[in-house]
Amino acid sequence: MHTTGKKLNRRDFIRISTLAGGGLVLGFELLSSCAPKKTEGKSVDLNAFVKIDENGQVTIMSPNPEIGQGIKTSLPMLVAEELDVDWKDIQIEQAGLDTDKYTRQIAGGSGSIRESWESFRKAGATARYLLIAAAAAKWSVSPDACTTENGMVVNKNTRKKIAYGELVEEAAKLPVPEDVKVKDNSSFKLIGKRVANIDNQAIVTGRYKYGIDTKREGMLYASIVRPPAFGLILKSYDDSAAKQVTGVQKTISWDNKIAVLGRSTWEVIQGAAKIKAVWSDPKDLESTADYVTKFKQLLQQEPTEEPKRKDGNVQQAFSSGKVIEADYLAPFLAHNTMEPMNFFAHVKENSAELYGPIQTPERTRTRIAEILDIPEDDITILMTRMGGGFGRRLMSDFVEEAAMVSKLAGNVPVNVIWSREQDMTGGFYRPMYAYRYKAAVDRNKNLVAWHGHSIGVNANAANPDSFPAGAIPNFQVDMRQYTSPVSTAPWRGPTHNFLAFAEQTFLDEIAHQLGKDPVAFRLELLDKAKQKPVGEIKYDPDRFAGVIKKAAEVSGWGKTKEPNVYQGFAAHFSFETYVAEVAEVVKQADGKIKIKKMHCVADCGTVVNPSGAETQLQGGVIDGLGHALYAELSLTKGKPDQQNFTNYRMIKMAEAPEVVVHFVENNESPTGLGEPGLPPAAPAVANAVFSATGIRLREQPFIKSGLFA
Amino acid sequence: MAAFQLTINKKKYDVDVDPQMPLLWVIRDFVGLTGTKFGCGVAQCGACTVHLGDVAVRSCTYPVQNVGNEEVTTIEGLSEAGDHPVQQAWKAVDVPQCGYCQAGQIMTASALLKQNPHPSDDEINKVMTNICRCATYNRIRKAIKVAAGDLKVEESEASL
Repeated sequence: MHTTGKKLNRRDFIRISTLAGGGLVLGFELLSSCAPKKTEGKSVDLNAFVKIDENGQVTIMSPNPEIGQGIKTSLPMLVAEELDVDWKDIQIEQAGLDTDKYTRQIAGGSGSIRESWESFRKAGATARYLLIAAAAAKWSVSPDACTTENGMVVNKNTRKKIAYGELVEEAAKLPVPEDVKVKDNSSFKLIGKRVANIDNQAIVTGRYKYGIDTKREGMLYASIVRPPAFGLILKSYDDSAAKQVTGVQKTISWDNKIAVLGRSTWEVIQGAAKIKAVWSDPKDLESTADYVTKFKQLLQQEPTEEPKRKDGNVQQAFSSGKVIEADYLAPFLAHNTMEPMNFFAHVKENSAELYGPIQTPERTRTRIAEILDIPEDDITILMTRMGGGFGRRLMSDFVEEAAMVSKLAGNVPVNVIWSREQDMTGGFYRPMYAYRYKAAVDRNKNLVAWHGHSIGVNANAANPDSFPAGAIPNFQVDMRQYTSPVSTAPWRGPTHNFLAFAEQTFLDEIAHQLGKDPVAFRLELLDKAKQKPVGEIKYDPDRFAGVIKKAAEVSGWGKTKEPNVYQGFAAHFSFETYVAEVAEVVKQADGKIKIKKMHCVADCGTVVNPSGAETQLQGGVIDGLGHALYAELSLTKGKPDQQNFTNYRMIKMAEAPEVVVHFVENNESPTGLGEPGLPPAAPAVANAVFSATGIRLREQPFIKSGLFA
Repeated sequence: MAAFQLTINKKKYDVDVDPQMPLLWVIRDFVGLTGTKFGCGVAQCGACTVHLGDVAVRSCTYPVQNVGNEEVTTIEGLSEAGDHPVQQAWKAVDVPQCGYCQAGQIMTASALLKQNPHPSDDEINKVMTNICRCATYNRIRKAIKVAAGDLKVEESEASL
């Protein structure tokens, strides 16, 4: 973006938003989305974000899908801050997919706040501007003589007040201003306050309706039989036993799948279990062990493609310095959202209504339009709060299935609900990754070369510009993708979720070999990147060093601990956020390791909602630890070996350490937070385990090492 | 198929279903109370927790025929006004992220506190085996202690 030193006008604003979205985002049209619109009812839509009714009730629309990241609370906070309304008095409504009004209705890439920081505040400020203008006209004074207080325009001279509700009709008739100023951080009244999740009351009383709770007149439940192994083709099936199950009404089949429809969830799941399907011969399908063998072979070979980053000459450096090498391996992981996949669909002759939990409503609607051959304009998608997503609900396979079932069953409304077994074995998965790292150090204890070679199943396994890129004279990143029929997808902190582990434990290994303190070593490298960057650097060395220093400080890094308590350090930059973590582990009398406490320091710019921000990091850390410790989705001849939480272990209360969160305070624009807490957690623990035992953990899950209970 | 009369949240419901049908699905699909959630179907995650009498039960594996005359309480019936001390604490501590597992967490916690009004950390760990994929465990522990009156939410920590 080339915006430095230039005031944004509206045209620029539209263009820049488009660029910032990297092609995923449509231009944010300030003009149309900030313009008032008279609706048929009693309320006036002051713009796409703000609705004020005649009684003065202010409703702020939350257009982005809520996945547990707290966006339904934090985006309206941005609007409310500028509109100057009391948080207690407003209502918040989840907007459906509306590409005329909103852009980037996506939950993914830790991007909702990052991408909306300017535009949402501007929407609030624009609405406030119009209300002030309406009041000024009424009082025949200059708008400068007016200000606002908690939902009212105030005449600064006379102290007369008018409520927004009385002004909204007039305000809606006024021309929309070109460019409205938003507040400085120092004037914030709401941003920076701890604000509770807006749906808490509905959630704690069980009244919030998730997608899985959807029930409509005449609706049937459906359960789907999918291939038991990746790569199998449906030959034939016998549904006679399924149809004997009470409540089961019919079965349909399309695209390698069989759906069982009926009056209740349990009955259709029972019915699906009784389908006798014949699949193609599975003998050529791959197992996890095959992948491991192939990855080892591939990493021993010379990379076949051009390096993704090449600074200096690593080969030369390896021939003269002392070489350190390590291999790392990550398993497939299931997403395991607590709310299994589900979606409501009612496909009619020329239109479709879809309702449920989806991270990508816009892309999904396009896909549905294709498969149903119905224009996008005739397809409605409304979003429910999601019972977790973690990347799984970026995919639209389960929405497509619901649409197809509704259509093929004779245009009946359906709710397709996956059992846990179907959800866990039906893909998509975090790709398996394998890394080989090689480094060289010189006689003066300098890290002079670094080579990362990685493989990911159907995906890239690395980010070529990740630190320590920029700090080392000879630096090379090679990647290759391994193509497999196993369906893979982004998983919380895509790429970063294992990259940080490999990179940060390898860095720790080098520090120990050099006899340097891991924190001091990182700071030394960041100083080099700052003073004399090698190639392009895509992080700010000062902000990076800032979180590292603060984490060392708050954790008492290097100071004497209680007996048998050991620390480990890791720091990683992802989604524009800097996070440093210190793990404290206890070596117990039986030799097993227990994670006692995690310190987490983040620089995510301005913290919009400290309560939401803190819980995102705490959750991210514990989630990262749980998966690194226990989780693996393995395959035998293309068939998942794990089907439910009985053999896929999830972290629980007893294993979850206390996570103490700190933020670096600054006035920078806010950056991502749903994902960045996760990547540094596993390497911090692995590095602490090394301190405690001298053992290097290089493969996940750690439970296989025998060091954890 | 068999007829059962169930008392759920002090109201009587008549259902005619397979005696093996887990209580969860009777509550959700036949009675129409959807606050009790489905997570795994094998009593591992606890999203489906309800009270049978005063005892927390994972309703996804509890056949409806075993309920007998026991009173069933679901999250919707935990308190009339949604102000049970555990519910209050959950809001004060701002526990939910996605929120999906929280009904089960609250039902498990409220049964625990009824039996043991001031549980230790170890006692909390033993009983609170519900899975939260958002990993809100730190706040769940804190909210249990707040509900027990063993911990106060400082003003600086309180949420709007």
